[in-house]
Amino acid sequence: MARESEDPAMTKASKVKRQRKKKPKENKTRTVHANILYDNAKGEENPNRHYANNEIKTTKYTLLSFLPKNLFEQFHRFANVYFVFIALLNFVPVVNAFQPELALAPVVFILSVTAIKDLWEDYRRHRSDQEINHMDCLVYSRAERRYVEKYWKELRVGDFIRLRCNEILPADVLLLSSSDPDRLCHIETATLDGETNLKQRQVVRSFYDLDCDFNPLKYNSIIECEKPNNDLNRFRGYIIHRSGRRDALYKENLLLRGCTIRNTEEAVGIVIYAGHETKAMLNNNGPRYKRSKLERQMNVDVFWCVIILLVMCLFAAVGHGLWMFQYGDKRPVFDVLSPEGTDLSPIMSAIYLFLTMIIVFQVLIPISLFVSIEIVKICQVYFIHQDMELYDEETDSHLQCRALNITEDLGQMQYIFSDKTGTLTENKMVFRRCTVAGVEYSHDANARRLAMYQEMDSEEEECTSHGGTLPRRDSVTSHQSARVVLRSQSTKSHRRTGSRAEAKRASILSKHTAFSSPMEKDITPDPQLLDKVNDCSSQMDFMRFHSQPTSQLPSDLADIIDFFIALTICNTVVVSSPNQPRQKVRMRFEMKSPVKTIETFIRRFTPSRLTSGSNNSSSSSLITNRSSNKGCSSLLSSPSAESTLTKLDEEQTPRGLEHAFSPVPPCYDGKGWNLEEGELRYEAESPDEAALVYAARAYKCSLVGRLPDQVTVELPHLGKLSFELLHTLGFDSTRKRMSVVVRHPLTDQITVYTKGADSVIMDLIRPPDTGSSKGKRQKKIVNRTQNYLNLYAADGLRTLCIAKKILSKEQYACWLQRHLEAETAIQGREELLFESALRLETNLHLLGATGIEDRLQDGVPETIASLRKAGLQIWVLTGDKQETAVNIAYACKLLDPEEEILTLNADSQEACALLLEESLHYIQAKFLCSSTEQATKSFHGSFAPFEIYSSSSPSSHSSSHTAAPFTVHRLGLVIDGRTLAYALDKSLEDKFLAVARSCRSVLCCRSTPLQKSMVVKLVRNKLKVMTLAIGDGANDVSMIQVADVGVGISGQEGMQAVMASDFALPRFRYLQKLLLVHGHWCYSRLANMILYFFYKNAMFVALIFWYQFYCGFSGSAMIDQWYLIFFNLMFSAFPQLITGTLDKDVSAETLQQLPQLYVNGQNSEEYKPYMFWMNMIDAFYQSLVCFFIPYFAYADSDVDLFTWGTPITTLALFTILVHLGIETKTWTWMNWLSIAFSIALFFTVALCYNASCPTCYTPSNPYWTMQRLLQDPLFYLLCVITPLVALLPRYFYRACQGTLFPSPVQVGRQLDKLPAETRRNILSLSRVKVGSPLSPKPPFLSLTKPSPEVCNKKDQRSFPGSKTSQGPVLQTVQQSGRSPLGPTDTERGLSDLYTLLPTEIDTLPYTKDAPPLSGGPHPPSSQDSECLDKTLEAADLSLSSWITSTPLLTQTDSVQLKLPPDGDSQCVTYTRSSEEGLKSDHSVHPAQRTEQAADQSLHTIL
Amino acid sequence: MMASSYNAKEEDGHHSGASSHGGAGAVKSKKPDNTAFKQQRLPAWQPILTAGTVLPAFFVIGLIFIPIGIGLFVSSNNIKEFEIDYTGVGESSPCHSCAKNFSWNSTTPCLCSVDFTLEQPFESNVFMYYGLSNFYQNHRRYVKSRDDSQLNGDRSALTSPSKECEPYRTSEGLPIAPCGAIANSLFNDTLELYHIDANGTSNSIPLVKKGIAWWTDKHVKFRNPGGNGNLTVAFQGTNKPVNWRRPVYELDPSDSENNGFINEDFIVWMRTAALPTFRKLYRIIQKKPSSTPTLPSGKYVLNITYNYPVLSFDGRKRMILSTISWMGGKNPFLGIAYITVGSICFFLGVVLLIIHHKYDTRNNSADIPN
Repeated sequence: MARESEDPAMTKASKVKRQRKKKPKENKTRTVHANILYDNAKGEENPNRHYANNEIKTTKYTLLSFLPKNLFEQFHRFANVYFVFIALLNFVPVVNAFQPELALAPVVFILSVTAIKDLWEDYRRHRSDQEINHMDCLVYSRAERRYVEKYWKELRVGDFIRLRCNEILPADVLLLSSSDPDRLCHIETATLDGETNLKQRQVVRSFYDLDCDFNPLKYNSIIECEKPNNDLNRFRGYIIHRSGRRDALYKENLLLRGCTIRNTEEAVGIVIYAGHETKAMLNNNGPRYKRSKLERQMNVDVFWCVIILLVMCLFAAVGHGLWMFQYGDKRPVFDVLSPEGTDLSPIMSAIYLFLTMIIVFQVLIPISLFVSIEIVKICQVYFIHQDMELYDEETDSHLQCRALNITEDLGQMQYIFSDKTGTLTENKMVFRRCTVAGVEYSHDANARRLAMYQEMDSEEEECTSHGGTLPRRDSVTSHQSARVVLRSQSTKSHRRTGSRAEAKRASILSKHTAFSSPMEKDITPDPQLLDKVNDCSSQMDFMRFHSQPTSQLPSDLADIIDFFIALTICNTVVVSSPNQPRQKVRMRFEMKSPVKTIETFIRRFTPSRLTSGSNNSSSSSLITNRSSNKGCSSLLSSPSAESTLTKLDEEQTPRGLEHAFSPVPPCYDGKGWNLEEGELRYEAESPDEAALVYAARAYKCSLVGRLPDQVTVELPHLGKLSFELLHTLGFDSTRKRMSVVVRHPLTDQITVYTKGADSVIMDLIRPPDTGSSKGKRQKKIVNRTQNYLNLYAADGLRTLCIAKKILSKEQYACWLQRHLEAETAIQGREELLFESALRLETNLHLLGATGIEDRLQDGVPETIASLRKAGLQIWVLTGDKQETAVNIAYACKLLDPEEEILTLNADSQEACALLLEESLHYIQAKFLCSSTEQATKSFHGSFAPFEIYSSSSPSSHSSSHTAAPFTVHRLGLVIDGRTLAYALDKSLEDKFLAVARSCRSVLCCRSTPLQKSMVVKLVRNKLKVMTLAIGDGANDVSMIQVADVGVGISGQEGMQAVMASDFALPRFRYLQKLLLVHGHWCYSRLANMILYFFYKNAMFVALIFWYQFYCGFSGSAMIDQWYLIFFNLMFSAFPQLITGTLDKDVSAETLQQLPQLYVNGQNSEEYKPYMFWMNMIDAFYQSLVCFFIPYFAYADSDVDLFTWGTPITTLALFTILVHLGIETKTWTWMNWLSIAFSIALFFTVALCYNASCPTCYTPSNPYWTMQRLLQDPLFYLLCVITPLVALLPRYFYRACQGTLFPSPVQVGRQLDKLPAETRRNILSLSRVKVGSPLSPKPPFLSLTKPSPEVCNKKDQRSFPGSKTSQGPVLQTVQQSGRSPLGPTDTERGLSDLYTLLPTEIDTLPYTKDAPPLSGGPHPPSSQDSECLDKTLEAADLSLSSWITSTPLLTQTDSVQLKLPPDGDSQCVTYTRSSEEGLKSDHSVHPAQRTEQAADQSLHTIL
Repeated sequence: MMASSYNAKEEDGHHSGASSHGGAGAVKSKKPDNTAFKQQRLPAWQPILTAGTVLPAFFVIGLIFIPIGIGLFVSSNNIKEFEIDYTGVGESSPCHSCAKNFSWNSTTPCLCSVDFTLEQPFESNVFMYYGLSNFYQNHRRYVKSRDDSQLNGDRSALTSPSKECEPYRTSEGLPIAPCGAIANSLFNDTLELYHIDANGTSNSIPLVKKGIAWWTDKHVKFRNPGGNGNLTVAFQGTNKPVNWRRPVYELDPSDSENNGFINEDFIVWMRTAALPTFRKLYRIIQKKPSSTPTLPSGKYVLNITYNYPVLSFDGRKRMILSTISWMGGKNPFLGIAYITVGSICFFLGVVLLIIHHKYDTRNNSADIPN
């Protein structure tokens, strides 16, 4: 094996110098020569020698560097430095307290545990590196003149490698040759970006026309390209041929390491970047380190511990000084001189003692805390990983914790910032309706079909929950076959023939390979539109036969056909067949379809130049023709300049003839091709595209093949048409549109089809000249389309506009010229291309618009409702347009129809300021005008969870606006991107926040990724709250990174969001369990563990502190130094780890049913600053007990130091363990075992230690101490009484607390204890109570299924009343509700229970109102079985309906209620004024909004 | 497959390739196991601390502790103890002159005797202690100042004692045996007890000095260098501690078996006391085979050879006579503690009962199904 490039490593010194000289040159570009040119030359002459080779080494350490490097890294943690310092201090004889070697033990232990962990991780990395480095690849060897197998690590920059199908790329390779006839190479980039669709890569243009296989020996070009960088989507450079010709290189030419070659038998390339310089490796950065809130809080207390430590040491030092001083000159016999025999002055010895005490008390700073926390977190992450409920069967993925150290932050979230598309919604785009040429096609059948899918989903869920496998499949199949009108053959067969498992696998597969689900594929066409399409195409067919120009077609029909053509071709969808999902369909239809006519036969074997431009490239598949084909080829987006221009000239020749003969006879009812078409699959980069293509297919306008230069479309009657693809201007987020430039085969016109966001496209529409009738019509169409677009948006559909433009040859040539210039530019190419695209996309002709439905994910409304009940503020930040966003927000219950919406749309900074001011006034007026004593009182209970925001508010500015604390009202805020930009300005951000935080939900539309992150940052920094950002796409990355916790949805839009996130979820709804259950658990476990740690150490250390009073503050310890040092590490370590990992304060079910318990974590209730001090006080008390009971028990006896100290140690251990027991909420066998183990370990160790060596372990020399103690009854008596006395207060306190003022969590635990049945009743009871006032007379059944129409009508009718009377209503209800509240014991208990659970504002009045209702549910204890029945009934009903029905209930009540006169006028006037203010700024009036919403919900229900 | 951690693992990951390419092949499900442990559903006992649930515990504790406490108290009270301070602080004290004049440097022993009366006879074995107060045997540097290897008879340690013994490691160029401050400050008062008959004659009470140290100390921890042969030879080349009058091998002139490091008085002293006020077992007065009490009530004389100065650090010296029970010496504390704690628990139990009755009705909702 030739290792020609091995020696450059050993360059001579002189060469090194030269290399250095070269360096500055290299900073800009990298020059790559082919290695074989230098094969014979000495290594040092190889110009590629400075580049990294392909051996990868991801290990951090080498054998030699491990120790120093690892230690260095570990010493970055301050605590480690501290402990090492202490340990080293021990080596100073004057101050040493322990045996120096022994004192090193804990720190060495901690360091080595971490080091071993690091080492193991590193070893694993090393192993996998090895594996990779020893993978094989084919490298061209000059000596052998063939490709030889080599290891990956032997690959060098400049090597030629041959890649075969399904091989993984070993390095970043420039593609020079491909066996693909189109000179393409398909790669799968799943490992890089998670996108599973195939990407096409092209051979470098200069090598495009090589007929025979690429011969590396003939290669003699030089490649200049960028320095290695981590931008996967950028590669620029050029190749310089010997002739001096330069050809630009694009990212389309580069194959990236880690990708897999697909569909291409062979490809040859030259290595450009190798090893660590590959883009994949440069992108591979390690996990992020975040510090959780809890840890920050903990660090504060660690700091306090240091203070306590110093105080204790100082106290002891002073004490020692005084103690010394009292003896004066007479030195007592027990006061030993220093080893040097010198007499120490009291002051000096006090100073020395201070240091000694630091050593003795070092345990106070919990050395093992940090390690323990890490261990516990890893275990927590493991359990989160293992949770079945966070596992998504469909995608076979479960939650990933990518950040290991912020699990507990999940339990403390206060704000959630969510993306919409793909996060709340499925990102499964389904074509819903469209409008073409101003005519709306409502696709009712399609809507019904979608509704059915929804139903089916729920049914499916039900079935699974019942557990039957067979019935499930049956029901699914029956549904599908019975109701689905159009279903593609392939999926049907899946379901019908395959077993369930197979079907599942198929669905997994389809997810994996980015194929659309049947729901997205099967579109029921609108019959009217279908007729028109048929009509139109048959007319066109007719015209084609008669060689009439197609322009004679009625313009609306032309628009229709153009519309569908645009849908079909204006995208980047790749067609493949399902049985070979990765095989591209080579749809050169001449090849595939049998030769049917003479013409096709002739055309096939005629040089393409003579045939039509549309088909010329098709013959390129014939190798013999390739050379002649050269000039005519146009590449995906970059045809070479001259060739395209010459082609334009050539194509002046008339060519009507070929069009006339379609290869496939038209067959409209087309069963035959329907089958064939069913076999095609579309792989799209975005689901929208696929949806549109499938939609077009439903209208028989199907995409059958796509090549870089050609798109084949099959149309009814017309058969297959090939569009020559001249350009594709890809989608980008600034332009918000994409365009294709094609040559229309029928009209032979150069046509631009543009598809994009309605806002952009509408601006680009050619202003119709109002003079002509056509122009008028055009204007009408535009207006109508705009109306429909608004309607679509109101329906929550994603809208896209389709437009076209016909270019004359001259225009095109002109544009092309400049475009090519832009393309070849190396500097600022992106900008130039952007401008070029802008030039092209103007004066468009509007064809129509589509409405695509993005369905909500399962369980999103429920999740949002329950997260909100958990006290989380949910903001949705989306790039969608306002109407769409608002309606999705309604759909997912983010906004309530009953809620008022503040809409902020401003055109300028001033307007925005004004608007914010108005809203602030409005909010104040509306919600604070009624802030009488009572109201605040009534608010108080329910608002408690929310008030923390105001108290933590740092901005005095915002608090100056309102005297009362900020509360969350039933208000929604909608703000658009432009206004948001103003609002985020420094001057307005406070006001914006003030408005936003008083709203229950905030919706930011049209926001850019940057704005998203700015909003998150603003809220996080200004409000000092914990923020969580969740998103799925690349546009959410910045937001995810800014938030305290970033969650990525590992959905369909690639992996960027996941890569940036701390947690990756398969579905949005899993957020509920992740936060409410795991977050809560992690938080409470860790908080308790940390508190316990502090307590434990303080308690243990304080024992020694008390002893100082009895040993002349000499720093003596009665606890054997071994116990002292290993107490934390061994004896008391395991139980707390087990508890920290496994303890569950409340069961998962209860946590999910009572989201209010989450408030516990938000308010940091498990670990408040005062708790640290309480724990410290308790620790000191306990240590006093543990010290003085043995003290008095052994007072004035002949006990010796360590025979007395050992019981104290034992007592401390017992006390600490029992303390943990009191704090442990769930006792599994693990807890028992760990405690038993701890005790057993202590005694075993003690016995062994005390028996091991009679002369060792100075100074304690505890030989036989433990053995003797165990024979002493006094020891046992102490062991019983001391822990008991020590823990009596805590135990008593806990018991009282549990009874007198239980925290919500404790109530939850009590609920847990109840039998499942009863618990369900109680939980549902609380809900029924909430809903009961609606209709007290007819009991539960009537309120269960509130007919939506009725509700909505009520809504509208009662609107004026409800709108203004919200605040007062609450007040009056409160008043009426108070008196009848009969405080019988049982009732009290129950209502207590409910009020304890903080509910939302709207729920409180009902709760208070409930008792007087005769039909209302009674507290369970006071009633008999009848009540039970009712509650049971109610439970079922309320489960389904309460979320939806409650908000509508207020109106009925509120209409009848009188408003307090004083508040009334104020409110109304304010409302009015603010309405005007809002109106003037083109905002949606709240009233209108609500009405509209009502309308809207009617719609959706229908 | 996670793209983020793109590294070796993924690259060799034919898994990802297989699942996306072959499709129908082996798609290994990543579904977590449904085990109680992994799903955190381990069966668990969930105690809830409320007045109602905790209440029985308090009563039970009360009921158990009070009898135990009474038992302890009674048995502690049955122990007879007599204590006499012979430091000689007061002018009237017989040892006053000794205490005043004596220092570590004195060569001649000072004698004094203290009279006392036992009101009650002492039955069974009586233990005679000497007690020191204000003597910080637990001082950090003091505790460390010994060499256990030397005391265990290690020859090399005998000639070069541990550094811990500084500054009592060597004297006059020779290593000190036993070295260190503890040994140096060995309590060296001699106490003799005489019973004064009714007719005035004083009978010496036999004081047993064997068995006062821990058996393990005497037989395992402490050993003379070179066995129990000729100690004079064994200790050759060493010096006695500075404060000692006699070398270590002459500690007990009356019993050659009790010399050197295994001298029991020495061993007892070397077991450093935990607290500054402590007693150490000095002698045992064995029970007489007859039915007469070991120490009948009456007059006694304690003859003291006053060698140990304590006044410089305000210390006190006591002689204690005590019988012992199964739980050691006289100490009523534990009995009182048990009784107190038991009563408190009982009281708290009552408090909880009241609380429970007034407030803790919520738990009764558990009996809805009835």
